[in-house]
Amino acid sequence: MTDLFKIALRNLMRYKRRTLLTASLITIGVVFVLVFMAVSGSFKAMMIGQITDAMLGHIQIHKKGYVASIDNLPLNLNMKAPAVARIEEMIRNQKDIEASSPRLKFGGLFSNFNESTNIRLNGIYPDREFKTVPLLTARITKGKKTLSKGEIFIPSLLAKGMNIKVGDAIVIIATNKDGSVNGKKFVVAGILESVTGPGGRDGYVHIEDAAEVLRMEELEISEVAIRLKDFDQLQPVFHDLEKKLAAEFTKDGKSSLEIHTWEGLSPFYNIARMLDIMTFFIKLMLVALVLISVLNVMIMAVYERIREIGTMAAIGTPPGKIMALFMLEGFSMGVLGTLIGCSVGMLIIYILNLAHITFNFGQQQGLLLKASVHPGALLSVCVIVILVSVLASLEPAFKASRMEPITALRHV
Amino acid sequence: MSLIVAEGITKDYRVGDIVIPALGGVSFSIDPASFVSFIGPSGSGKTTLLNLIGCLDAPTSGRLTVAGTDVGALDRRQGATFRGAIIGFIFQDFNLLPVLTAYENIEYPLIMVQKVLPKERRKRVMALLETVGMADQANKRPDQLSGGQKQRVAIARALVTKPKVVLADEPTANLDSHTAHTVIELMKKIRDELRTTFIFSTHDQKLVGEVEILFTLEDGLIKDRRNGETKP
Repeated sequence: MTDLFKIALRNLMRYKRRTLLTASLITIGVVFVLVFMAVSGSFKAMMIGQITDAMLGHIQIHKKGYVASIDNLPLNLNMKAPAVARIEEMIRNQKDIEASSPRLKFGGLFSNFNESTNIRLNGIYPDREFKTVPLLTARITKGKKTLSKGEIFIPSLLAKGMNIKVGDAIVIIATNKDGSVNGKKFVVAGILESVTGPGGRDGYVHIEDAAEVLRMEELEISEVAIRLKDFDQLQPVFHDLEKKLAAEFTKDGKSSLEIHTWEGLSPFYNIARMLDIMTFFIKLMLVALVLISVLNVMIMAVYERIREIGTMAAIGTPPGKIMALFMLEGFSMGVLGTLIGCSVGMLIIYILNLAHITFNFGQQQGLLLKASVHPGALLSVCVIVILVSVLASLEPAFKASRMEPITALRHV
Repeated sequence: MSLIVAEGITKDYRVGDIVIPALGGVSFSIDPASFVSFIGPSGSGKTTLLNLIGCLDAPTSGRLTVAGTDVGALDRRQGATFRGAIIGFIFQDFNLLPVLTAYENIEYPLIMVQKVLPKERRKRVMALLETVGMADQANKRPDQLSGGQKQRVAIARALVTKPKVVLADEPTANLDSHTAHTVIELMKKIRDELRTTFIFSTHDQKLVGEVEILFTLEDGLIKDRRNGETKP
């Protein structure tokens, strides 16, 4: 094999310009794919990170039907305390879960005593919420990064619109599920940066204050947000929890709870999917580029070396070795293009990171582009290119191996 | 016992619906260590006969046995194995592999065909390079060699597998008379040393004068068999 490889490499070097041109085409394709993957991956990771780490969490559990009516924040679809206790017990026993946060969500009237507007609020246990969505504190642009009873975090758009500052007193008025109206005074503890996405313009109060406003005798919970230790374990943990919840909360064949990953809760999942689809099509273009380039060169190589093939066959070279020789040439071309492409691609990604390129996402400005390619993705691109190079050489190589020596020797 | 036995072999070529007879029933036998030539005008069937003996082509009818093997019955893979073991080829245009040096061209059949161990390969290649007087040109590629040098390398490549038969199609056609003479002498020397049978097809009168058995072909038939000088 070493000797065949040596001959294959020398054959490639025989037509230096052509080999370099083909390798360059492969290189350009690989570079383009890698840079696109790195940049779109950075955007996607940032987007998912923002959505899951600042608002949603990785997984959420609700009472059946809650998500369908989530825009109304229905108080009659909250989970009762015993059910929540069982869910929390289940979560405690799941080793892959880092933190969880029960939330009591409700809509109310927000007033600064001069004017009023509507607001969506999350009643939270601050410590648990900050562990479950750690970027929430990063969204606090003004004020303190803790939330005590009697305090409220309000979104910046609201603060700006109603000219409210940290330390100001405001009133929240809400109607509970029985139709009873209640109000409570709060002090603004912090202003939250508004972000695009569900929950991105919500306010936060302590869960006990929320229960008080809603006059709940026994605390009810709208949702339990969950943060995983390893985001890559999202699907296995989700399916495991789904199974356990179904076993625990099914009555008459109907589950009383529903569980969703962030993907089922945020419309941004579709953007993430679109990026994946675009990456797939860009990879497909790379495959086509490699296939056509290598196929073209190998067809030419076979055509130009017919007499040589005839000589090799006449001397007694087995057809398999003739085929292997041409496939090794295609393989080598793929490896050459891949190596150069990966090196140049990684260099460009490194330069992009050095350049500290920033971009905006919704209300968030100046997000830093952190372009990177997962080693697995890099490996997959390399494998695809090399595999396609070998596949592209298959037909010309087969043709060469099937050539009749006598016909090939007569070729002029 | 004869090395090559041909019994009424015919060969037809088909071009569309037209059948062109190249050999019309040829019978002969050749003993080991012979120095044989097929002569005749263009189209008389010399190259066709050499191709059949070399297992590059199969007869349309008749039986051709080379070293005890019916070459007409071999498939593509068996044919390749047979050629690699029994036959050596010297081509009119030398047909050296351009990316390999003289040494590597000679070594090629030992690697690709016979899988000889490196030590033995080196020994055999170096010995043949010495024999053909090309030891000092071993690392040159074909484009750096003259016609005569290329032909010597081609002869060494044909002999390196220790074949029983070496087939040479117009081996001196592209050589000047001095080089052609040297090459013929070289082949005779090798024949004497290794007892290899050399079979040529040629128009070259010098080569014709050197052979021991001369077959004259005409219109696909052997018209004459003549013995030349006696082999040692």
